[in-house]
Amino acid sequence: MKDFPYTESKDTRSGFGAGLHELGRTNPNVVALCADLIGSLKMDAFVKDFPERFFQVGIAEANMMGLAAGLTIGGKIPFTGTFANFSTGRVYDQIRQSIAYSGKNVKICASHAGLTLGEDGATHQILEDIGLMKMLPHMTVINPCDYNQTKAATLAIADYEGPVYLRFGRPVVPNFTPADQQFEIGKGVMLNEGADVSIFATGHLVWKAILAGKLLADKGINAEIINIHTIKPLDARMILESARKTRCVVTAEEHQMNGGLGDSIAQLLAREEPLPLEMVAVNDSFGESGTPDQLMEKYKLNEAAIVAAVEKVMARRK
Amino acid sequence: MAQSTTSKTHAPEATKSVAELKQIAAQVRRDIVRMVHAVNSGHPGGSLGCTELLVSLYFKVMKHTPEPFDMDGIGQDLFFLSNGHISPVFYSVLARSGYFPVSELATFRKLNSRLQGHPATHEHLPGIRIASGSLGQGLSVATGAAQAKKLNGDNSTVFVLMGDGELQEGQIWEAALYAPHHKVDNLIAFVDRNGQQIDGPTDKIGGLGDLRAKFEAFGWRVLETDGNQFETLLPTIEEAQSLLGQGVPVMVLMDTEMGFGIDFMMGSHKWHGVAPNDDQLATALLQLEVEKASDY
Repeated sequence: MKDFPYTESKDTRSGFGAGLHELGRTNPNVVALCADLIGSLKMDAFVKDFPERFFQVGIAEANMMGLAAGLTIGGKIPFTGTFANFSTGRVYDQIRQSIAYSGKNVKICASHAGLTLGEDGATHQILEDIGLMKMLPHMTVINPCDYNQTKAATLAIADYEGPVYLRFGRPVVPNFTPADQQFEIGKGVMLNEGADVSIFATGHLVWKAILAGKLLADKGINAEIINIHTIKPLDARMILESARKTRCVVTAEEHQMNGGLGDSIAQLLAREEPLPLEMVAVNDSFGESGTPDQLMEKYKLNEAAIVAAVEKVMARRK
Repeated sequence: MAQSTTSKTHAPEATKSVAELKQIAAQVRRDIVRMVHAVNSGHPGGSLGCTELLVSLYFKVMKHTPEPFDMDGIGQDLFFLSNGHISPVFYSVLARSGYFPVSELATFRKLNSRLQGHPATHEHLPGIRIASGSLGQGLSVATGAAQAKKLNGDNSTVFVLMGDGELQEGQIWEAALYAPHHKVDNLIAFVDRNGQQIDGPTDKIGGLGDLRAKFEAFGWRVLETDGNQFETLLPTIEEAQSLLGQGVPVMVLMDTEMGFGIDFMMGSHKWHGVAPNDDQLATALLQLEVEKASDY
């Protein structure tokens, strides 16, 4: 099992903030909108240095999505910022009609996704957002794993023409992705080559998968670990290549089983290469208040859950 | 109806007479009833009621370039239709002002057509800049487009039309708060105040009350006009244009009659989303006289 050295832990939302600020300097067409959550989205630096390209919308997310669609007409590249819940479920029809169906070049940037929002509880912890967004035709869905990758993803989506949902979060996680690693939309990142099981993880669960890989190595299990930061379009080629080698698959994500990464990979395997699969994800439940660590443990979104899933899926392998 | 074949840019045509505009409006109305009749579906009532506005904008008021169509529309006045169900009038006016062949109106609502039931960009129909139909979204979009114009140093104007029943959507009021706060003063919004919606008169379904007072309280400059008479509508649009650039957006409350121009369709919500039958079409066309009809 490879080592993944890192010097500090940081929040992925700060990676977004840093990327957006850099875009302010490098891309004059980038504009930003926020629904009363500048600090939470780490948009402060952009707001300070590029005030003429920042639009404070207030607590009016539906309007924000429409404004963003309109700003593209005239060549702007709008980045909207609010919590994942208010970026998706609250404004689904606005995104559907004015952005996705209309093919608008809007970047929907969503923080505080998943359970790790913590104490605020289930009203703010959306676990359905990947599913909502990936169902929309034309929508690209990205869920990076750490600060560096979130920053790189933020830069990359500005150069991509079309609607994008970029999902990130609040807690600090080890920042192990090399700062100079290019972000390629739709390309999985091989973290550890292995032969016994394929673990496909996204977002905060990528680090948990690395921790699980170490525990598995101690048990003599050589896990292949791949970071699927782009849920749509899915890197079908890389996933199938790995699955055909290991013959069993575990997926891991901070999201509902219904509609998440595991769901996408299950569809792919069922069509192309039926193989046993286990999902580490929330099983048809809302979240609740608690610390992020407590919640990840209670809802079985940690390295222990991944190890258990690996053992289960390997036992099912023919 | 003659369009210049050498230049496809429409400059504001101060010389176009009301008589000429009335001829165009009658032709557009013929298109509307023929389009919905052909597919036995669509929304003639609101389309007929907003004909004077769209004809005024596209044939007299707006500076716009139908061909080649440019999505960004830099340097052009832009129009957004929020109440997308009145697509028949939008399509007819776009075709007759040169965005696409008039003959294509025959494909309205048919399979594989660019003229979807509600306007869509997906099929790349020239002239359409946003999908609409699910109500309440157009004012936000138009406001964003107006702010993009400001960022681009583009001093042209953004126009948007909403239905009055549509004002029951909450997003409209989010946008209504936003635009004055952000001094979006290159925006003229119209409300088609025909007093009707699907289930009956707007007053009975979800009364809108004093719209002038409401929008003024939100910080808009509000004008009111008869929307079916060019003689009152055109001066009101001119007045709205004169109020631009003063730090506030402009709202025009336009009283119209649903089904205007065809006696048996007027004044009732019954013709919101119902097409005429063969006999009704014949009767309607007799009422829509054009000196030189050029039906598609």
